[in-house]
Amino acid sequence: MSWYKDMLLMRRFEEKAGQLYGMGLIAGFCHLYIGQEAVVVGVQGALEEGDQVITGYRDHAHMLATGMDPNGVMAELTGREGGYSKGKGGSMHMFSRDKQFFGGHGIVGAQVPIGTGLAFSNKYKKNGKVCAAYFGDGAANQGQVYESFNMAKLWNLPVVYIIENNQYAMGTSVARASSETHLHKRGASFGIPGEEVDGMDVTAVYDAAKRAVEHARSGEGPFILEMKTYRYRGHSMSDPAKYRTRDEVNDIRDHKDPIDLARKIILEKGWSDEDALKEMDKEVKAIVNKSADFAKDSPEPDPSELYTDVLIEG
Amino acid sequence: MPIKVLMPALSPTMEEGTLAKWTVKPGDQVNSGDVIAEIETDKATMEVEAVEEGRVGKLLVDEGTEGVQVNAPIAILLEEGEDDSALEGYDPEADDADAKASKDDTSPGKKDEAKSESKSKSDDKADAPQKPKGKTLSDPDIPEGTKMKEITIRDALRDAMAEEMRADEAVFVMGEEVAQYQGAYKVTRELLEEFGDQRVVDTPITEHGFAGLGVGAAFGGLKPIVEFMTFNFAMQAIDHIINSAAKTLYMSGGQMGCPIVFRGPNGAASRVGAQHSQDYSSWYAHVPGLKVIAPYDAADAKGLLKAAIRDPNPVVFLEHELMYGETFEIPDMDDFVLPIGKAKVRREGSDVTITAHSRMVGFALQAAEKLSEEGIEAEVIDLRTLRPLDTDTIIQSVKKTNRIVCAEEGWGQHGVGAEIAARVTMDAFDYLDAPPTRVFQEDVPLPYAANLEALSLPGVEDIIKAAKQVCYVE
Repeated sequence: MSWYKDMLLMRRFEEKAGQLYGMGLIAGFCHLYIGQEAVVVGVQGALEEGDQVITGYRDHAHMLATGMDPNGVMAELTGREGGYSKGKGGSMHMFSRDKQFFGGHGIVGAQVPIGTGLAFSNKYKKNGKVCAAYFGDGAANQGQVYESFNMAKLWNLPVVYIIENNQYAMGTSVARASSETHLHKRGASFGIPGEEVDGMDVTAVYDAAKRAVEHARSGEGPFILEMKTYRYRGHSMSDPAKYRTRDEVNDIRDHKDPIDLARKIILEKGWSDEDALKEMDKEVKAIVNKSADFAKDSPEPDPSELYTDVLIEG
Repeated sequence: MPIKVLMPALSPTMEEGTLAKWTVKPGDQVNSGDVIAEIETDKATMEVEAVEEGRVGKLLVDEGTEGVQVNAPIAILLEEGEDDSALEGYDPEADDADAKASKDDTSPGKKDEAKSESKSKSDDKADAPQKPKGKTLSDPDIPEGTKMKEITIRDALRDAMAEEMRADEAVFVMGEEVAQYQGAYKVTRELLEEFGDQRVVDTPITEHGFAGLGVGAAFGGLKPIVEFMTFNFAMQAIDHIINSAAKTLYMSGGQMGCPIVFRGPNGAASRVGAQHSQDYSSWYAHVPGLKVIAPYDAADAKGLLKAAIRDPNPVVFLEHELMYGETFEIPDMDDFVLPIGKAKVRREGSDVTITAHSRMVGFALQAAEKLSEEGIEAEVIDLRTLRPLDTDTIIQSVKKTNRIVCAEEGWGQHGVGAEIAARVTMDAFDYLDAPPTRVFQEDVPLPYAANLEALSLPGVEDIIKAAKQVCYVE
């Protein structure tokens, strides 16, 4: 039930972000996660407190999953003082040490060696923690990903690589960019096990993530999970997504939607009823509206912030 | 309350667009995510999806209308339970707070106004954000009676790392051949034996990967020393040095400190050709969020490397391949640490200032001795740190000598000397008796042939020539 609510929150949050973008309150690049919610919710369910999360620029839902405050995330999107980076990072650059969320990285693939380094620090400190490093099917073709795979297995670092295969790297389909399209096999030459997972089914994601995280935590080294998922929106707000048909999007939305799927199961199993779910929907909408209000009301950063946080003083 | 559908901005630059087509009509039920219209922007035709669910009450803009302003109401949705009567007396143009705020933010006129306002603000010094001032730094006092000992730069660097690793468990060193091989240039000699392979880590040949991994380890609470076999190979890793290490503190609003040292030999080696002989001083010194150090002698190498390891920021530490074996005197002290950001006057003089860093300091000192024989007393400033640059020491010197020669091993264009010349021209123009002059490498990739290599690199004679030029001698 909480997974359903989490996914719903991400969906509504992203829809609101899209709306605020349309109103000119959010600027620059804005990459929405709509359609992929089951991935981050299922994986987060398999992590324990203190485990680290790192991802690329499609990062709003990952932040909500780690428990970051929707107000702070939305206010960063609007570039305001109340944002997680005081308005200095934006959509692609948000962090929370408190929630062990390490960004939010705008360079495709850069989060993979950084996440591997977080895992290195876990092993060095013998703290028993695991790093979940997310990247897309596009980043999966970056050289630094394989440099990281090599070191992660060489030193058996506690890291789970989650490839969010939403089938399009911006406008280029996996088949047009990848000689081996089964991305979970990409670790084979390093001796890293991999698994393909239905990334639209939150329970399947959770089950697979649980196994992968246990593998990493037990000292056996990295694990690769390829989440087959789909994004409904364009790559970023300014992408008309002409590289795929409307029918393709509608077909997935009508038959594979992770939230509809979860809702069906909840009703079938009798865990809840229509009225209660409607109530939940209202509750979630209220949270999102509150975050939008906060993001609109929070002032722009003080001009003096221009010069702060370049270096740590002292 | 009926819900207004506003003309959305569909790209970072869009201010207006054409409503090409409606895909719904009054009375249609829409759910969030349903396409309701097509809009042509300056870049593409985009589909507009409904954000809220409801029944289409009224379309306010006809198909084909051009120049529809972003945020103008284009349709009205009726919420569950509402009928057309809700439309009566409803004025979509009546601005609610949201639309007004966003309109104000996005209208181009307002933007310009804001810009000029901020410009006039910055002209008015009282209102402008204050750039933080650097503090006054000085080298630590060396207690009277402290013995001096002779040491190579190689061993001074090694000792600095060993001392800091003894003092702090979080410090570790990684790089190619740093452990079992004892370092390609033997700078990490015997560290493996003392600290073990957890803290002295041989990496695969994978600069991009291990630089990023080092940044992640720093975010994870460790203090990595990342050795590049030479800085030439760090070009593979420069994305992580700049985008990941230098910028993240700022992008995170101060949360993500990255205490890491990137170190290794920089600059021309001997007869190794263009790809293995480059001075990256100005590359890294260009970047806010980094500190950049390029020491000359053993005491500075040790004192500044220790400071770099303790610094909570990312530090690029540029050593010189041709100087590892050179021996210098160093104070025999327990904990010799120097301040980052402080230049050192290595020789006092009244006639001309010469700035240099790394190996060029030695050439500048030799040049000064020869100039002295001809009656020209040069003041030699060892920059030691390139970022932050100790402008005060340079300006003070120029106010005394009225002339400056900026010497560096790298290319001149956009170089360290260019920066110093600009600062001196700005801050001490009235004191100058000659235009600032620079000494730098010829504007070509470094050649292999011995004679061409020598012709390409700057040396003692070039500095003497430049000094005489600004003194109007010969």
